[in-house]
Amino acid sequence: MRPNVAGQRQTDALGTMLLTSGQRYMLAITSLFGSLGLWWLMSAAGWADQVLLPSPVAVLKAFMTSVTDGSLLKNVVASLLRVVEGFLLASIIAIPLGVVMGISRIVYGLVDPLLELLRPIPPIAVIPLAILWFGIDELSKVFIIAYGAFFPILVNTLAGFREVERVQVRAAQTLGANRYHIFRDVALRSAFPFIIVGARLGMSMAFIVLVAAELIASSAGLGFMISDARYNFRTDQIFVGMACIGVLGFALNMLLLQLERSLLKWKAV
Amino acid sequence: MNYGSDQALRNVSLDIRDGEFVCLLGPSGCGKTTLLNAIAGFITPSTGTVEIDGMVVREPGADRGMVFQEYALFPWFTVEQNVQYGPMLRGAAKTSLIEISDHYLNLVNLKIYKHHYPNQLSGGQRQRVAIARALANQPKTLLMDEPFGALDAMTRESLQEELLRIWEAERRTCIFVTHSIGEAIFLADRIVAIQGRPGRIQAVVENPLLRPRDRTSDAYFAMYRVVDKFLRDAHQLQPDPEPTV
Repeated sequence: MRPNVAGQRQTDALGTMLLTSGQRYMLAITSLFGSLGLWWLMSAAGWADQVLLPSPVAVLKAFMTSVTDGSLLKNVVASLLRVVEGFLLASIIAIPLGVVMGISRIVYGLVDPLLELLRPIPPIAVIPLAILWFGIDELSKVFIIAYGAFFPILVNTLAGFREVERVQVRAAQTLGANRYHIFRDVALRSAFPFIIVGARLGMSMAFIVLVAAELIASSAGLGFMISDARYNFRTDQIFVGMACIGVLGFALNMLLLQLERSLLKWKAV
Repeated sequence: MNYGSDQALRNVSLDIRDGEFVCLLGPSGCGKTTLLNAIAGFITPSTGTVEIDGMVVREPGADRGMVFQEYALFPWFTVEQNVQYGPMLRGAAKTSLIEISDHYLNLVNLKIYKHHYPNQLSGGQRQRVAIARALANQPKTLLMDEPFGALDAMTRESLQEELLRIWEAERRTCIFVTHSIGEAIFLADRIVAIQGRPGRIQAVVENPLLRPRDRTSDAYFAMYRVVDKFLRDAHQLQPDPEPTV
């Protein structure tokens, strides 16, 4: 961040005034509470059907109930566990595969056509096959989540190896680096920021796929909570589940962004 | 010598003495960088060889350090780690690594920045780190590919002076590529004027000026005229044989 020159207003390239972080927080709070207030007003004034659009108060009550009876925690834990398992499974396969494809043209040539054919198939289309192969237990859900997270991680890892600069490889060579040193100190290091970005995108994809997988067949998890609430005509619980998914996804993304910043200190400065 | 599908250099024959400062001088596209890359071992000449102390160059090696126009620092390493990289690969002990990097960062006046990352430095500072990194590995020959080309004129002049000071202290063979006649005259013992497509050595000019050289002296300008004439005459004598579209 450049020092603020006294008396000079900070603007972006388009000439729009920049906001201080305090001002940005104020806007965020205004927008959140403004929409909540609008929602509350709509249900309080009787404009919306209480069954289809319960008031914020009703949703809050449902939230408190699900916290006190422990069902929310159980569902959150079940979902998070699946996301983490699927994400790890995807990473364990995608990162090494991306690295090998990145350094070997032959492996790249062999694997890339398969990937290009598989990539357009959305994870949701894989669900029926996953159920036939792995049943309706944990394994099929973890498989679908891993499938969804796999491609962002792989594609970004590959992109990272495309970014390796010849001049840096040459610099390493003139300093006495052999092929292994170049892989370790130049190629992997240049690709690393991309791998991290891929992991973050993979994680958000895992989260999206999770809910779809849990909607199909499960006895716990946030997706289950939502679809179960639909059968019981409990719109308030649906809202609680949706809000939890939103907040959890946001928190996971922030966590990974933070991790990215601390791992890539050399980029930010 | 071919670069890509084009012949970049033809009939180049050049002997460089131990401890000498040689400038390869010529316009863009004359093949001077190709020649340097062949000496570094990044490319292999299609005909002919590069020999150092009687050994044919086949691949890059730590005996030929290089400084690039684009600095080519490792942005993920600190300034200190960059300078230590060569010695670290050779397995130098931790204490001697610190000694080495402190010594060479002192030489380029950047010791206070040793814990910074390259992104936090100016262009001139980055290139000084790159010089320190190359020297810290104790190469027999220092290859420099238009190292000051991306810098502003004033920074360039002060780095030229700094480079000479370091070279005089260490006396390594230095092969320096440039398209600036003034830079070549200020730095080199001998100037190799390369011109044409494919490039040929037009002249090898001994530089009689004593160091420290005065960029405003009559002798300096006289030398400038001599070198300039070599490049211009060559240009008139040798138009592009086959103009390409």
